[in-house]
Amino acid sequence: MTALKIDKPIAIGIVFIFAILAVGTIYTLTHIGTAPLLQPTYLIQQLHFGAFLGITAAGMMMVILLGHIDLSVPWTLTASAMLAANIGGVTGDLTGLGVGLAVGLVNGLGVAYLRVPSMIFTLGVNTVLLGLMVMLTGGHAPQSAATDLMLFIGRDRTFDVIPHSVVLWILVSAALVFMLTRTSFGRYMYAIGNRESATYLSGVNTPWVIVGAFVICSLCASIAGLALAGYSARAFQAMGDPYLLPSIAAVVLGGTHILGGRGRYAGTVVGVILIVLLQSVLSLMQMDEAYRQIIYGAVIVVMLLIYGRGDRVQS
Amino acid sequence: MHENAEPASDAGTADDFLVMRGISKSYGGVHALSDVDFSCRLGSIHAVLGENGAGKSTLIKIISGVVQPDRGEMTLGGLTVAHTSPLQAQAQGVVCVFQELSLMPDLSVADNICITDPPRTRFGLIDNRAARRRTEELLARVGCEDIHPMERVSNLPLSRRQMVEIAKALGRNPKLLILDEATSALTASDVEKVYAILHQLRDDGLALLYISHRMHEIEALADTSSVFRNGRHIETFRKGTRTDDEIVQLMIGRDLETVYPPKPKRDVRPDPGLEVKHLTWDPALKDISLTVGRGEIVGIGGLDGQGQRELLLALFGVLRGVQGETFIDGKREKIRSPAQAKADPINMALIPEDRKTEGLMLPMGIDENLSIAALPQLTRGPMIDTAAESERIEEMIRRVNIKIGNRHDPVATLSGGNQQKVVIGKWLMTGARIVLLNDPTRGIDVGTKQELYRLFRELADGGASILFYTTDYDELIGSCDRVFILYDGEIVRELTGDDITETNIVSSSLNLPTGNDAEAHA
Amino acid sequence: MKTLRILIGQNLGLLLAIGMFVVLYALYVGMHPRYSMNVVTQNGNEMLALIFVSMAQASAVLVGGLDLSVGPLMTLTNTFGSHVLAGTGGNLILGVLACLAVGTAGGFMNGVIIVYGRIQPIIATLATGAFFIGLALLLRPSPGGRVNGDFSWALTNDINEFGYTYGWWEDLGWFGLLPMQFLILLLVLLAVWFPFKRTVVGRGVYAVGSAEGAAYMSGVQVDRSKLAAFTLAGFFAGCAGVYLTLQMGSGNADAPQAGEYTLRSIAAVVIGGTSLFGGVGGMVGTIFGAMVLRAITFIFRVVPEDSIFGFMASPLLQPLFEGVILLLAVSLGAARVFRIRNRLLLYT
Repeated sequence: MTALKIDKPIAIGIVFIFAILAVGTIYTLTHIGTAPLLQPTYLIQQLHFGAFLGITAAGMMMVILLGHIDLSVPWTLTASAMLAANIGGVTGDLTGLGVGLAVGLVNGLGVAYLRVPSMIFTLGVNTVLLGLMVMLTGGHAPQSAATDLMLFIGRDRTFDVIPHSVVLWILVSAALVFMLTRTSFGRYMYAIGNRESATYLSGVNTPWVIVGAFVICSLCASIAGLALAGYSARAFQAMGDPYLLPSIAAVVLGGTHILGGRGRYAGTVVGVILIVLLQSVLSLMQMDEAYRQIIYGAVIVVMLLIYGRGDRVQS
Repeated sequence: MHENAEPASDAGTADDFLVMRGISKSYGGVHALSDVDFSCRLGSIHAVLGENGAGKSTLIKIISGVVQPDRGEMTLGGLTVAHTSPLQAQAQGVVCVFQELSLMPDLSVADNICITDPPRTRFGLIDNRAARRRTEELLARVGCEDIHPMERVSNLPLSRRQMVEIAKALGRNPKLLILDEATSALTASDVEKVYAILHQLRDDGLALLYISHRMHEIEALADTSSVFRNGRHIETFRKGTRTDDEIVQLMIGRDLETVYPPKPKRDVRPDPGLEVKHLTWDPALKDISLTVGRGEIVGIGGLDGQGQRELLLALFGVLRGVQGETFIDGKREKIRSPAQAKADPINMALIPEDRKTEGLMLPMGIDENLSIAALPQLTRGPMIDTAAESERIEEMIRRVNIKIGNRHDPVATLSGGNQQKVVIGKWLMTGARIVLLNDPTRGIDVGTKQELYRLFRELADGGASILFYTTDYDELIGSCDRVFILYDGEIVRELTGDDITETNIVSSSLNLPTGNDAEAHA
Repeated sequence: MKTLRILIGQNLGLLLAIGMFVVLYALYVGMHPRYSMNVVTQNGNEMLALIFVSMAQASAVLVGGLDLSVGPLMTLTNTFGSHVLAGTGGNLILGVLACLAVGTAGGFMNGVIIVYGRIQPIIATLATGAFFIGLALLLRPSPGGRVNGDFSWALTNDINEFGYTYGWWEDLGWFGLLPMQFLILLLVLLAVWFPFKRTVVGRGVYAVGSAEGAAYMSGVQVDRSKLAAFTLAGFFAGCAGVYLTLQMGSGNADAPQAGEYTLRSIAAVVIGGTSLFGGVGGMVGTIFGAMVLRAITFIFRVVPEDSIFGFMASPLLQPLFEGVILLLAVSLGAARVFRIRNRLLLYT
């Protein structure tokens, strides 16, 4: 687990990032005559916005490492943002984070203690959160504005160059990398993802580890929600929906095994950057939504064909 | 050399059914088989012996089509064959009954037995009724008419599932039947049935290949035996032409001193390390009371399924609703989880039944597997002290003598015996003072077994209390200071010292009164 | 008798799903102010697309996988159908077949990527789902298209109407009052699923879902069964798309709707007693699972506002209650956790 060892998926991911930049630049040079993709301001803007996906994917990775999945991310993100904006002030901020904490606990309890498959339990929780928000907002877009903290982490930049969202992403990343590689909690996570029964019989308190991972995931979704609302200056309906599938894709493209037990955090970062760049290049090329979806799907399949292949089941 | 032994490089005689010449197979840098010549004939039971890592499993996998050799050729009945899948091998009449069961748990017995080539109706659809009839015939053939064809396999106990596995193999009309540790999960009565079936099949003209670590099975069954060691075919000899010691020597290739380390003589009863009173768990455990002193190895014996496994799980905190009292070093403790059992002040360890699913995280490194249980002791605050961890891991690898390439390699690359050593090493790292052993030497080669016996005695001498469940009477006699026999969830006999004999163990297991106990049971 | 006991024991999930549906629908009927066979047909209309999508999901789940592209594939077939289902007679039949072929081809593509590309189903279908939505957007950048009016009317009402529309019959008694959806579903089950289940490949699907390694060792053609399962899933998604087109009368590349159908299909499969791990369950249970989901929605529509449950009638609260009930329904399986006394069994 040495930090500087380059993994195959990460290497391929980096190659693809450059490939996308190259293709996009060639396109813009021939069609517009400029190369915005190579301009730092443009790239920084992409990172500014991509940080929200980055934080969401970071949380999702924790849960996937365990062999689980969290489908409640969309409405955890949205509910945190909506409630925080509605209540306002520091209380609002704390409420938003509290939502993440609460949802993570509920998910963890359902999966770790009730042993309901995570896919279905988190799906149910997502629907409940959706229902709660519909009830509270009356079905309309909420009118309240983002709090100061949300603006600070989502929209603001220092010296107009360093987006706070990116700093936040880096902080979250550092914390998670530390946890994964240096703490026993992180080691237990990999162990559970590999073989929960053996980890349990080795005297590890596996339910707590599972609850912990789900709490981290939901908190990340909350933080991303607060930041995203800050970026848009308000919370809005279904703001979390575009973050579910891309966060899962980013984690898997980064080399984390979907069944758990294997994966390095650097891969998730590479996966996020890849997806963000891909989406931005496609919109620069003024592709219809139709072509964007087609290419998005095709790129994922191609990349996985190159390195994501499982083993043929022999015995 | 005995006149009845055949040289190992025999290229095969005329009435050999299976002939293998110059077979080699490597996995990475490990030579699983090196230039092996091997043959077996119809109408005989041919045993294959060897330690783990000797190449038996690889040999079987090549014959049954699961893997392909790197070099060499194979003929069946005179025709050269190169199986690329188990299905192809089966078409040639080669059928394997595996140790790792090949049954689908959610399907019915009939579906499992008829899965590859089910009887069909006119339209090509599966004929369920005919499948059920075929299943009933095969089940009757293995003496298991009590199994309902539509029963889901997961509802059957392990030994019944193994019998279904054997029935399934017979249903393929094998010419060459291979059994790889096929009786290890069976009850004693089922084992007898299987012996009878195998003898019948041999008389019917089948060729049978039989792999087992149990000497008495080999003696009961095999007409011919072949010994493998380190990927090479060492020797093939006929029944009765070699003594057990000679066979073991062939397998290990070095001189044996004693099989078991000596037991200490004790005048005074040692302090109790682990004591249980009236331990009950409906329906498997009834009012069990026993003591294991510090420095003692106490054995648990008896027929399969009398509650031994449940006893160990109950002690370790895995079972819910356990009644009774447990005392550690004289102090009462209520153990509710393995995490609690592992920690101070209890310091208990459990070597589980199935190392692959309960003892190890196979894709993870040897080092990570070794340290997983002891991590709480290797942390400074939330962080792992990697230097200390590394040191302790190296130490443990040396102490338990685990043969590895690189300690970061996945533990899945190790042989069975070495894997078990990792499991034991994992628990030694926690400094456990009470060690529960759940059949720890099952499926392990002789050489490793001896190392483990030494290790257990060392641990005991260091003050640990060891509770040793094993299905092998030899081990009870050789390793244990005292033995408790369980029958139907109760302790029916305690044997100490010279009373620990095969006769006493067997008769107590069957709950028969023995000698001076006759009045007690009357 | 033992056979019966075993059969019941193995189909508990199915029986539970049927029971849930019966109870919920009875509640609905009881609360409905003007219940009639018309209502049954309307209910059927709203149910059938979801039922087919859930059947598609079940096909993938049985083999031990998951298909996140069932909703998008339905949408793709819908947009395709809005182009080819406007004709009459022979053209119309060909159009229907073409739609089914599109769905099947999509499923086959999934299967190839998963089996020969050796990519995990969940991520593979996540990607192909995007791909299918993209194609759907190409076919219908904005909602539109036409469907043969007679055809869509005939197939979305009862059997009497079907005969009446084409001048074949007018009144077939009680039989004629049965909704066409029921007939269509029955036809698909009898012509496609039940025969498939009894083929070697179909049996192999259950074997692979139960224990892929054991199935391989037993000589099951694992690849073939997996490919078949995903192709069949595509076929059922195609059926859903065709029906949706008939029901809507147009094509709409509605991505959120696709996502909603996909997630609901997973819930339906679980409620219907099929294990997400594969090897256990089947289509009939899944059908009832989907019907349970729809029944919950129906109940909310008819709750009388002046009853104690009146507050539930508020449209603002409906999504919440649906969510809570869904969560409870899927957590029902958790009951076994409290009965299991050997914790090790929970972790295997």
